Amino acid sequence: MKPAAFEYAAPGSLPEALEALARGGADAKVLAGGQSLIPMLNFRLARPALLVDLNRLAELDFVRSGEDGGLRLGAMVRQRRLERDPQIAALAPLLAEAVPAIAHPQIRNRGTLGGSLAHADPAAELPAVAVALRARLRLRRAAGERWVEAESFFPGLFATALEPDEILVEVALPPPPPRAGWCFAEVARRPGDYAQVGLAAMVALDEDGRCREARLVYLSVGQAPVQASGAAALLRGETPAPRAIAAAAEAAADEIEPAGDIHASAGFKRHLARVLAERSLTKAAARARGERDAS
Amino acid sequence: MSSAHSVAVTVNGRRHERQVEPRLLLSDFLRHDLGLTGTHVGCEHGVCGACTVLLDGEPVRSCLLLAVQADGRDIGTVEGLASGPGDLHPLQQAFWEAHGLQCGFCTPGFLMTLVPFLAQNPDPSEDEIRRAISGNLCRCTGYQHIVDAVKLAARKLAAQPRE
Repeated sequence: MKPAAFEYAAPGSLPEALEALARGGADAKVLAGGQSLIPMLNFRLARPALLVDLNRLAELDFVRSGEDGGLRLGAMVRQRRLERDPQIAALAPLLAEAVPAIAHPQIRNRGTLGGSLAHADPAAELPAVAVALRARLRLRRAAGERWVEAESFFPGLFATALEPDEILVEVALPPPPPRAGWCFAEVARRPGDYAQVGLAAMVALDEDGRCREARLVYLSVGQAPVQASGAAALLRGETPAPRAIAAAAEAAADEIEPAGDIHASAGFKRHLARVLAERSLTKAAARARGERDAS
Repeated sequence: MSSAHSVAVTVNGRRHERQVEPRLLLSDFLRHDLGLTGTHVGCEHGVCGACTVLLDGEPVRSCLLLAVQADGRDIGTVEGLASGPGDLHPLQQAFWEAHGLQCGFCTPGFLMTLVPFLAQNPDPSEDEIRRAISGNLCRCTGYQHIVDAVKLAARKLAAQPRE
């Protein structure tokens, strides 16, 4: 057997799952799609006493529009569904663009939205996208619930705001701002590999075509999703033309502090961060102006 | 030792029921409990794709699923592809003819990835094929013959009368 022994609960309702998790305490783990947790079990890097499997909770598998014109997504929505759902493509194009970069089709058939967020891998796409979309996360416990902004959900490496007895049950995405364009891009050694650097970007324009708001959220350059807020501030009020975009991209590469790894030195990651910012802001600005993508 | 759970699955159309420990992986359940050793086990952490099987018709890595999670589900493995002993599925035939395998260790995973892919994309481009197999590693062929085999299989399947 690869994993160490554990007790297993597959509750049929969310209240039962919350109760099982509360009973299990700090030695219990929540199992969503299992595409990160089961490898950790197989390596015995994770040795929970109890696994609470959410896969029978059909109530957490939903995509619907919110009252504010945004989207409400259940935590157990599979990544394959994020990739294919027309409502997501229409209301959260950044999310739809990012999902095909997650691993491989076999993984996306099992991997879930909530599982990826709760795992909080700094090289994962969905945490950066959630921050860029200003997502709000609904955390339930047996005794109640709270909402947490994605920006404050990822305090550090593989760490989240979740308490041991809480389950991430839902992700609320606000409606896209008017005249906004988005872009997700990453550089990986092969398609499906972890990104050496990735970027979720947004540019929203005012009525005169100047940048009203920009967002740049990197993955794989720190302990958690990293926002280049200095670069975003630099672009605000500017017409996103090549010169202003190049300056913002330069600033973004300067303000992040990537650590090198075996495949990419810190300097190379900084280079990729600048190149991705320039490309992504250019594309996002063009999309915000309503231009069709150049093929 | 943790408590045993009962699992009832349909594999290649045949129903099986067993008592298993929750930590048993689906890949090991298929190989050791059911004797279906066509599903190969390579990396056992979701990288190589050799253990790919169909879960309710969609390809998944059987080393990243617990056997208990397959309870009540429909599993397809490489043993279920050909219609009988001595026969080959058109995709298997195409792998043979186009030299899509050498040692063959990775082949079951490729086949189980590609069967649903070709059902959903009957006339795929080379780029689409390469993306579809991006989650499967082959250390012998350099992939070119596998891509050729998929193109050949697409032609074979298109020429076949629909069931």
